[in-house]
Amino acid sequence: MNQKRPVNLDLSTIKFPLPALTSITHRVAGVILFVGVAFLLVALSASLESEQGFSEIKSAMTSGFGSFITWGLLSALGYHFVAGIKHLVMDMGIGETKEGGQVLAVLTILFGGATVVLAGVWVWA
Amino acid sequence: MGVSATNFSRSGVSDWIIQRFSAVVLALYTVFIVGYFVSHSGLTYAEWKEFFSCTAVRVFTLLALISTVAHAWIGMWTISTDYLKAAGIRFVFQTVCFLAMFVYLAWGIEIIWGV
Repeated sequence: MNQKRPVNLDLSTIKFPLPALTSITHRVAGVILFVGVAFLLVALSASLESEQGFSEIKSAMTSGFGSFITWGLLSALGYHFVAGIKHLVMDMGIGETKEGGQVLAVLTILFGGATVVLAGVWVWA
Repeated sequence: MGVSATNFSRSGVSDWIIQRFSAVVLALYTVFIVGYFVSHSGLTYAEWKEFFSCTAVRVFTLLALISTVAHAWIGMWTISTDYLKAAGIRFVFQTVCFLAMFVYLAWGIEIIWGV
């Protein structure tokens, strides 16, 4: 590898295009979900263990601070789902141009944002 | 450079295919489980227990669990090789991820099939 190649690692000097921002958000949501699986397994285990465990997990996930974790995980899942669908769409050769990438990034934000709102409605309404 | 031997399947193409296949499984499972919760708003323990004693649900959950582990490993591996340039830190990060995947898999199977 050419060690003298030009590099620009000062991220503050780079203006990220929208598809880059939706991509990094996809990654962040993925990491959140990776950690979140531990919470989901705790919940699944306790909820199946006993009647008491079930009602404890149910109230933990739907009230107080726990409801924010539930919303956060559902939001990460919703966004990651939508951004993943975008990948599958692009795999089929749709939207591979610069303009197409921009349009799909906007759609990812719209649909991903919708899942975040719906998750909040589901948890708190 | 020269770190490809530590990825999931030693080949970028099969990693790509595994990532897509597991993504589709996880998308279908997500729709299935969210659909179940939405259609059972006053869910009781008895209903929940009965749902997870159904073999088809257990098999689908196991498939989703295996897909999660494979999908997360490829994703975390990609992220670690993109952002963690120091080999030692990257190795520790990947080891922690691998151990977490292993625990998820073993623990998940125990939950799904009971003891």
